[in-house]
Amino acid sequence: MGIENIALGFQIAFEPFNLFVAVVGLSLGIIIGVLPGLGGANGVAILLPLTFRMPPNSAIILLTSLYWGALFGGAITSVLFNIPGEPWSVATTFDGYPMARKGQGGAALTGAFTSSFVGAFFSTVLITLFAPLLADVALKFGPPEIFSIQFLTFSAFVGLGGGNPLKSLVSILLGFILAAVGLDIVTGQLRMTFGIAELMTGFDFIVAVIGLFGIGEILLSVEEGLSFKGVGTGMNLRVVLDTWKVLPRYWRTFIRGCFIGFWMGFKPGGATPASFMSYSFAKRFSKNPEKFGKGELEGVVAPETAAHAAGVAAMLPMITLGIPGSPTAAVMLGGLIIWGLQPGPMLFVEKPDFVWGLIASMYTGNIIGVLMVLAFVPFFAAILRIPFAILTPLIVVVCAIGSYAVHNNMIDVWYMLIFGVLGYVFKKLDYPLAPLVLALVLGDLAENALRQSLIMSQGSLTIFATRPIAGIITAVALFFFVLPVLTPWWRRLRGRPSRGGVTTHD
Amino acid sequence: MRAADLITAAVLMLLAGVVLFDAVRLGIGWGTDGPKSGFFPFWLATIMIATCAVIVLQALRRGSAAPFVTREQLAPVLKVLWPAAGMVAVTQFLGLYVASALYIGFYMRWVGRHSWLAVMALSLSIPLVTFLVFEKWLLVPLPKGPFEAWLGY
Amino acid sequence: MKGQRSPSPHWIVLSILGSVWLTGGAAPAVAAWEPTKPIEFIVPAGTGGGADQMARLISGIAEKHKLSPQPLIVVNKSGGAGAEGFLHVKGKKGDAYTIVITLSNLFTTPLHTGVPFNWRDLTPIARMALDQFILWVNAETPYKTAKEYIAVVKERSGGGNRMKMGGTGSAQEDQIITIQLEQALGLKFTYVPFKGGGEVCVNLVGTHVDSTVNNPIECVSHWKAGRVRPLAVFDTAHIPDPDWKGIPTVKEALGVDIHYLMLRGIFGAPNMPKDAVDWYIGLLKKVYDTPEFKKYLSDGALKPAFTTGAEYVKWVEENEQLHKDLMAKGGLLKK
Repeated sequence: MGIENIALGFQIAFEPFNLFVAVVGLSLGIIIGVLPGLGGANGVAILLPLTFRMPPNSAIILLTSLYWGALFGGAITSVLFNIPGEPWSVATTFDGYPMARKGQGGAALTGAFTSSFVGAFFSTVLITLFAPLLADVALKFGPPEIFSIQFLTFSAFVGLGGGNPLKSLVSILLGFILAAVGLDIVTGQLRMTFGIAELMTGFDFIVAVIGLFGIGEILLSVEEGLSFKGVGTGMNLRVVLDTWKVLPRYWRTFIRGCFIGFWMGFKPGGATPASFMSYSFAKRFSKNPEKFGKGELEGVVAPETAAHAAGVAAMLPMITLGIPGSPTAAVMLGGLIIWGLQPGPMLFVEKPDFVWGLIASMYTGNIIGVLMVLAFVPFFAAILRIPFAILTPLIVVVCAIGSYAVHNNMIDVWYMLIFGVLGYVFKKLDYPLAPLVLALVLGDLAENALRQSLIMSQGSLTIFATRPIAGIITAVALFFFVLPVLTPWWRRLRGRPSRGGVTTHD
Repeated sequence: MRAADLITAAVLMLLAGVVLFDAVRLGIGWGTDGPKSGFFPFWLATIMIATCAVIVLQALRRGSAAPFVTREQLAPVLKVLWPAAGMVAVTQFLGLYVASALYIGFYMRWVGRHSWLAVMALSLSIPLVTFLVFEKWLLVPLPKGPFEAWLGY
Repeated sequence: MKGQRSPSPHWIVLSILGSVWLTGGAAPAVAAWEPTKPIEFIVPAGTGGGADQMARLISGIAEKHKLSPQPLIVVNKSGGAGAEGFLHVKGKKGDAYTIVITLSNLFTTPLHTGVPFNWRDLTPIARMALDQFILWVNAETPYKTAKEYIAVVKERSGGGNRMKMGGTGSAQEDQIITIQLEQALGLKFTYVPFKGGGEVCVNLVGTHVDSTVNNPIECVSHWKAGRVRPLAVFDTAHIPDPDWKGIPTVKEALGVDIHYLMLRGIFGAPNMPKDAVDWYIGLLKKVYDTPEFKKYLSDGALKPAFTTGAEYVKWVEENEQLHKDLMAKGGLLKK
C-alpha cells in the first residue's frame, strides 16, 4: 500500500515515452478544454480505443494528462469570451471575463492557470500521503450527505444576492425546472417531454451555458458596435511575472480553494459545485466584495483553485475504491477494465507500479501542463486581436460544434441559439444568470439525492438531521440561507449602516 | 423596458403553466417513499407563477419607460443573431461543414468587407481543419449533409 | 436574410450529385460488403457503464487487430433510459453504418415509459454475452448465507425499518429481480434506485443500503478487498470461473428458482442490408475470439454466449415475453 513506492512511481513517470505521452495528452486536453461542450469525459472516451496498444501505465498517463489539460484549458475561453469551456469554469467567467474586457486578459489567464496548478498540486500531495485513509471517508457519503452538500453549495452562492430578489428567484426556479426535464431516474418516468423524443435527453447544462453566457454575451456586447473589447491585453510573458507578484496576496483564497476543492472532489460532488462554493466564500470573506464581478483577480483565483483541486481529487476514489469521482473518472475506470486491470481497493497491492506511476504522473503532468499553458498566455490573449468579422463566426461555429458534441444532437444547437437570446433578454432585464446555471447543474443531482434519501428513510425528513455528517452540513447550509436576512438585522443591532445589495455574480 | 418585462414574465408564466399541467399528470403527492415525480415540478411551477405575477405588478407600477433596446443597439445585435440562426438552419440540411464555410465566408464579406481572397481562404480552410480534427483525428462525428455523402462520408 | 437564401442553389446541385452517387454506389453489391466510412456504434447508456465498456472494448479490439477497415465510433445516447439511442437507430432505416449495443433496457424502457420502439424495429446482428446477477451484502454484516439474510429481511418487512435494496435505475433489471425475490419469498424491501451500477456497489460498501443485486463486474474489486460478500447467483448453475464457483445459485440457497440474465447484444439499423449484417457478424465473431475479449468476459464473470441469426431472434423473443410477464407481475408496465 505504502508511500515507499513513490520512488518507483517517479521512475515510471520519468520514462521518456511516458513524458512524451504526457505532453501529447496535455496538448490534446488543452484543445478539448478550449472547445466548449467537448469536455474531459468526451476527450478521454474518444482516446480510449487508441490506448489499447500501449502498456496500461502509459495509457493512464495519456488519459489523465488529457484530463489535466482539459482542466487548464477550460479557463481560456471563460476569460476571453465569457464562454466556459468546461462546467467548472463557469465561476471563472464572473471575474475573468470582466478582466479581459478591461484589457487584463493576460493577467486573468495567468491567475487562472497558476491557481489551477496550486489546487492540483495540493490535491496531489494529499493523495500521495493519505490515499487509502481518505478513501474510507468518501464511503461515508451516501445520498443524504450528497444532498446536504448540494444544498450547502446552493445556499452559500445564492445568499450572495444583489439585484431584484424576485428575479433571482425566477432564475433559480427556471434552472430547476429545466433540470427536471427528461427521465426521472427515481421512478423511471419521463417528465415534461410531452412525447417529444428530443426532450427526453433533457437540457444539458453545458449547452445552456454556451448559449446563456457565450452567445448571449456576444449579443449584449455588440450593442455598442460590431467589435470586441479588451484588445489591449499584454502580449508578452512579462504579464505572467507581473501577475505572479500580486498573487501571493491571495494566499487565504488559495488555501480555502484547495480545501474546498479537495473536500468536494474526492467523493461524488464534483468540481463544478466546488468552484461555485469557493467563489462564494472568497467574496464573503473579502474586504471589498463589491469589486467581485467587475474584474477582481481574486474572483478568478478562487474558483480555479477549487476546480482543479477537485478535478485531481476526483481521481482518488477511482484509484482506491474503483468508484468514479467525476464523469471523466468513470470513463477512465472503464479503460482500466479494458486494459485488463481490476479497479478497486486491490489495485494498490496488485499493481503498485500502475497506481504509483499514476500518482507520480500527477506531479509531472501538472508541472508540464502549467508551464505549457503559461508559455502560451500571450498567444491566447492575442486571439482577441483577430478581426471581429472573423472571430464572431468562428466563436459561433465553435459553440455550435460544442453544443452538438455533447449528445450528438442537432436540437442542442437550436437550444444554444434559444439560450443565447434568453441570456441577452435576461441580462437586459436584470434577471441574474448564475443562479439559473447553478440550479440547472445541481437540480438533477440534488433532487435524486434528496429522493433517494427519503426512500431510505421511508419518507422521513429527519434523515438529514440524524446522520451526523449530513446533519452538520445541513445546519451550515441553513445558516447561509438565513444569513442574508440576519445580516442587516445584525448590523442594525451593532449600530452600523447596512451594506446595500451589490450586483455581482453574473 | 416595461413592455419587455411584462412579456418575459408572461412567457415564463405560460411555461410554468405547461409544467404544472404535466406535474399533475405525474402525481404531485407525497407517496410512502417520498415525493412523487410531479411533486417538485408542481411547486417550482406554482412559485414561478406567483413570483412572475408580482414581477408583473412591479413592472406595471414602477417599470421604467426607457426602451428595452434602441434601434441603434438592435441593428448590430440582429447582424450577429440572424446569420448565426441561418447557419444553424443550414446545418440542419447541409451539415456543419458546408454551413460553417458559407457562414464564415458570408460574414467576413458582409460585415468585415475582407478581400475575396481572405474570405475564400478562411471560409474553406476552417471547415477543412475542423473536418480533419473532428472526423479524422478525434473520431467525433459532426452533422453532415449531402455534400459529405457525395464525398463518401 | 440574404444569408439563408444564398445556399439553396448549392443544395439542389449537391442533392443531385448526392443522388447520382447513391445510385452509382449500389452497383458493386456483388463483392462482399465492406464499410467505406466510419461506423456509428450507439450506446443507449451513459459513459462508464457496462454497455459502454463493452462497446469501447469492441471498438478498441477492432482497431488494435485491424479487424475493420473503418473505425467504430462509440456514441453515447442515454436520454430517457436509452430511448434516445434506440429512437435514433430506429430512424436510420436501411443504413449500413449504425449499430447499437443493447442491455435489458431494450425491453424495459418501452414497456415502462411507453416510448414507441421495439426490438423488432431493429436488425438483430449478434449476441455477445449474458451478464449475471448476484445478491451482495456488506462483508461486515453477520449474514453468511442468503437464508440468514432473507430471514432478517422478512422479519423487518412490515415495519418502518425495512431492509434497503440498492439497484440501477427504476423499473429496470435490478428492480425486476428485487420484485421477483419479494413475490417468491413473501417479503418487502425498500428499493433505492441509483444512476449506475458502480455507484450502487459503493453505497453497499458504505452501508447506505443493506444489499444489492449488482452484476459481478460492478462489485468484483470490492469483493476481492473483502468489503462485500456474494450470497447467491441468479442463474440455474454456478459461474464456472474458479473465483466464482463457490457461490450457490438462488435455488440452492433459498429454495426458489429465480434466474435472470442480461443481454449484451448488438443490433443494426432497421432493414440493414443483408451483406452488411453478414459483415458485422464476421467482425463481431473475430472480436469475440480475441484473447482480450475472452479475458474481459472471464474477469467480469460474464457468460460467453455468442449467437446470431434465428437462435438470437428466438432468444430475444422469449426474453421480451419474460420481461412483459415479470413487469406485469411487478406492476411496472406503463399504465
